[in-house]
Amino acid sequence: MAGIDVGGKNVHIVIKKDGEIIGKGAAPTGIKKAETVEALYDQVLKQAGLMRKDVERVVATGSAAKRVAFANGFIADAAADARGVIKLFPNARTVINVGAEEGRSIKVSPEGKVLDFAINDKCAAGTGTFVEAMSRALEVSVEEMSKIALDSTKSIPMNAQCAVFGESEVVSLIHQKTSKPDISRAVMDAVAGRVGSVARIVGLEKDVVVVGGMAKNAGFVDSLQKNIEMPVTVPEDPDYIGAIGAADAALSSILEEEVKAKVVERESLPEGKAY
Amino acid sequence: MAQQGKPVEFWRWPETNWVNPYIDWEKGKLVTAGVDVGSVSTQAVIMVDGEFFAFGNTRTGSDSPNSAIKGMGYALEKTDMKIENIDYCIGTGYGRVNVPMAQQSITEISCHARGANFMYGPEVRTVMDMGGQDCKVINVDDRGKVLNFMMNDKCAAGTGRGMEVFADLIHVPVWEIGPRSFQISKEPPSISSTCVVFAKSEVVGLLEQGVPENEIMAAYCSAMAHRIMELLKRLGVKEKFVITGGIAKNEGVVKRLEKELGIKTAEQVWANPQYRKKNYPFDTQLAGALGAALFGQALLKMGKTISVKKT
Amino acid sequence: MIANYGFKDGSGDWYVTIDTDKCNGCGKCVEVCPEKILEVGPDEFDIFREEPVAFVRHDERKKVRYSCAPCKPGFGEKPAPCAGACEFGAISHSEGWKALYER
Repeated sequence: MAGIDVGGKNVHIVIKKDGEIIGKGAAPTGIKKAETVEALYDQVLKQAGLMRKDVERVVATGSAAKRVAFANGFIADAAADARGVIKLFPNARTVINVGAEEGRSIKVSPEGKVLDFAINDKCAAGTGTFVEAMSRALEVSVEEMSKIALDSTKSIPMNAQCAVFGESEVVSLIHQKTSKPDISRAVMDAVAGRVGSVARIVGLEKDVVVVGGMAKNAGFVDSLQKNIEMPVTVPEDPDYIGAIGAADAALSSILEEEVKAKVVERESLPEGKAY
Repeated sequence: MAQQGKPVEFWRWPETNWVNPYIDWEKGKLVTAGVDVGSVSTQAVIMVDGEFFAFGNTRTGSDSPNSAIKGMGYALEKTDMKIENIDYCIGTGYGRVNVPMAQQSITEISCHARGANFMYGPEVRTVMDMGGQDCKVINVDDRGKVLNFMMNDKCAAGTGRGMEVFADLIHVPVWEIGPRSFQISKEPPSISSTCVVFAKSEVVGLLEQGVPENEIMAAYCSAMAHRIMELLKRLGVKEKFVITGGIAKNEGVVKRLEKELGIKTAEQVWANPQYRKKNYPFDTQLAGALGAALFGQALLKMGKTISVKKT
Repeated sequence: MIANYGFKDGSGDWYVTIDTDKCNGCGKCVEVCPEKILEVGPDEFDIFREEPVAFVRHDERKKVRYSCAPCKPGFGEKPAPCAGACEFGAISHSEGWKALYER
């Protein structure tokens, strides 16, 4: 079984056999999404010593899931997250997934079904993109930011609620001689605040599991814990959870899942046609 | 906002100043001034007995007080007037509490309303101002008094910054974007992302696909017009509808906005026929500072001035 | 005058609206707001107005979406604490939060 998660920034692929992961890989999605998926899939297969025909079912998920031409089925991102998490953490009841372009909070049942969810997907300020933009202004890598945020001694609130304005604010904080650890922490706190707010809409029930690319950011996870005032669990390879969930769905022969959703964001522009 | 050491100022409206050759300020009774310190640009306007006398339009630097001084200095440059000759000065805009030569500060919403009324006439009912980092829609009465308003300064999309980021990305100065966005064979679909950061990635994608630059400009202007529409719809637009601030100079956005609204914006000329006849420069970025100077005039005449009050 | 404090971005409309023609500056809304985002003071938009007026504090305007969410404006029959406290009906919320409960 193969699960493919085509996200805004990265593609993650997982191949499972008899419940075990036998191959996995990730690559930046880039502009030519379909091609990236094809190339990565072949690469992961090769590493696992498999051919395309050895894979019984392929299920895709993620914001660009439909680009996987060879998928047998699709499931919603939230459903993939729920499935991926519940297998590893049977006591998980809340899943918070913060990726590059989207932040969402999912309430899950003990069976791994999505009971409710809320997403923030129109504004970069509640996503990994915010941290990335600030890291450019700080001239420090995101990984470095994540580490030094934990060394911060002062908590400074950020006024800007926008990634673009935030960059200017970071620049002026630098001019005011604010330390990089303190700025990094301010950035993490800012995103954690927004993510926490989205999470509170569906309710925070323990255990809370944090997944997605941002879950790898220790500084962010720390800020999030402080914001929601609850401990959180982060799985190993949290950015693969979506793909794992999709692979599990392939096993259960679920084609498309209906998900009752509380969408925080609404389309305010007509759907842009692809060029 | 410097990127790779390139001078950022190239992507912003140029600096200008002017003095009225028809007025001898020393013969006037009351000299008032308004200084609008915005996040991106600063304007200083000087009025003599409520008549437009001089202005300076400069770029805001890294701190408000110096920007105000520079703007005022630029306005006074072509005159022989000194700061001490100004009877009352009002600060407005984002940096209004830090205008050293101002005795009072008034919010830009009120100043833009009054300034628009002066520039475009008492028929104005809706003013949309897009500054460097914000966008506001104001409904006014025939005296330029604020009836209701809505402002966005939280989100970069639909602000001058949104256009700047784009101009910087495609390396085209802001004053070329408008005209070039019409040098296209067909109107493209607009950029779909509301967020400037996400829109940037979209633009990069279009550039890599080899979409002609002018079409990308059209798509971006269209997206920006959309954003403004949402805000306008929310508050309601009544004619006469005017646009102030830097974006008014970008016909790429203005014309598309007019098309979607089904309402034409008022022509960018002075309502006062004397001003038109004498060819006074009409700069939409001056509305705030003009309004501030007018408030100064009104307060002086009413005897309601105060020594120092900054709100 | 209708003052709309807040913002609109890709996620929706998030405004606290105060009708200053109805507001008399009594300050009841200020007392009941759990997030302390309201204040009473001189009207910054009408400098000729004599009596004080209620407004959203400057540093809170960009965060109203998050500050007001716990009070669930627009949810069910009960108004938000501030709207409930105002006997003149001067204060209200935009539709942004309401859309969250509609699904």
